Amino acid sequence: MLAKRIIPCLDVKDGKVVKGVKFENLRVEGDPVELASYYEESMADELVFLDITASKEKRKILIDVVEKVADVLTIPFTVGGGIGDLGMIQELLCAGADKVSLNTAAVRDPELIRVASDRFGSQCIVIAIDAKRAWGAPGRPRWEVYIEGGSKGTGLDAIEWAKRAEGLGAGEILLTSMDKDGTQEGYDIELTRAICEAVNLPVIASGGAGAPEHILEVFERGLADAALAASIFHRNIHPIMEVKRFLASRGIPVRM
Amino acid sequence: MPTILVANYGVGNLRSLRRGLERAGARAAIGLGPEELEAADGIVLPGVGAFRAAMEGLGAIREALMEQVEAGKPLLGICLGMQLLLSKSYENGVWDGLGLVRGEATKLPGSVKLPHMGWDEVIITRDSEIAEGIPSGALMYFAHSYAPELSDGSVEVAHTDYGRKFASIIERGNIFGTQFHPEKSGGPGIGLLRNFVSIVKR
Repeated sequence: MLAKRIIPCLDVKDGKVVKGVKFENLRVEGDPVELASYYEESMADELVFLDITASKEKRKILIDVVEKVADVLTIPFTVGGGIGDLGMIQELLCAGADKVSLNTAAVRDPELIRVASDRFGSQCIVIAIDAKRAWGAPGRPRWEVYIEGGSKGTGLDAIEWAKRAEGLGAGEILLTSMDKDGTQEGYDIELTRAICEAVNLPVIASGGAGAPEHILEVFERGLADAALAASIFHRNIHPIMEVKRFLASRGIPVRM
Repeated sequence: MPTILVANYGVGNLRSLRRGLERAGARAAIGLGPEELEAADGIVLPGVGAFRAAMEGLGAIREALMEQVEAGKPLLGICLGMQLLLSKSYENGVWDGLGLVRGEATKLPGSVKLPHMGWDEVIITRDSEIAEGIPSGALMYFAHSYAPELSDGSVEVAHTDYGRKFASIIERGNIFGTQFHPEKSGGPGIGLLRNFVSIVKR
């Protein structure tokens, strides 16, 4: 049976991992290559690197990081953040990324999804959707798609956008609840389930993980295929194997 | 140390595969020239892009590749590279493959989420050097929507069940294939690459 995936997310800025990564037994804090190896050994199923470098001139640094990470990992990894065109996608894949995630650029030019998946294959094109709850009809929630790192509303309905991305050739959806992100109160189950029921693509749920129970909930009730988390793994509050053992004890297929 | 050529017929992540082969004890080269094919001790067809584009990319060296493989040089097809070995593919049209293994690549049923993405069980169904030491039921990393339907079931070394049962490791003489990505499947995947390197060394 296909295993449910556990995916730590690492924010990278100017070639260093930032945002609360804290390991006592790690020599170089913030080194993406060391952290990547650490997570592979800890039984992460996949990794996501989100580049939050503001300046486009520093692209070379990101490519360098991707090459070095690819040299040490024997599990897949995705790179996202500010990817705007086919040239950039090609550069990242050739540097050793297995998948790229597109967000703002795909909303601005949805044809990019079609062209990129035709050229590189659907399996390496992930569409990242940042969704925020909006007022819908009574009893019928809706979520709006935000771009530019969650700073700008688009008016697009998240469910409609997910379906459109699927039709254009997306291979996976990385769904972040902006309402839950950073709260550690649990994933947005209603949002995750709504997207999972609307498309026939694998969906990675993101935003809100604070405990193993939240991950169980997003698999069982949210119907997600993978769960992404940052702080609970980075701060080693709940090591990946602890989460996996818990999930396995509740009947969820995981890789151990 | 044997040299294994990763055929560079398209655009994608070949770096991980090269590193995987190096980890498995080979010298790995990336290229597409007929001389490189001849010089290599073994050849890998990686899994990048779409079927039709891949066959076009292979066009120029098809003859040279067939010649080398028919002469007994070990060949390993990975993911799409395994599907290229088959007679035919139905990926966005109908396309001829290399025909080294009789069978077709067909789309997995819509009753399951596609692509088939992530870690899934590989059930070993017969002995083969390529699968030596890999426990039946080992999890390997998959990322595909099409999968082989073999004409001759004896080619199957292992299968995986996702929507339907399909061969996830194949062997016909010196020709091998995996539907999953061994270079992305942690320890068991590197083990499989090591087996291929041993076959190449022989």
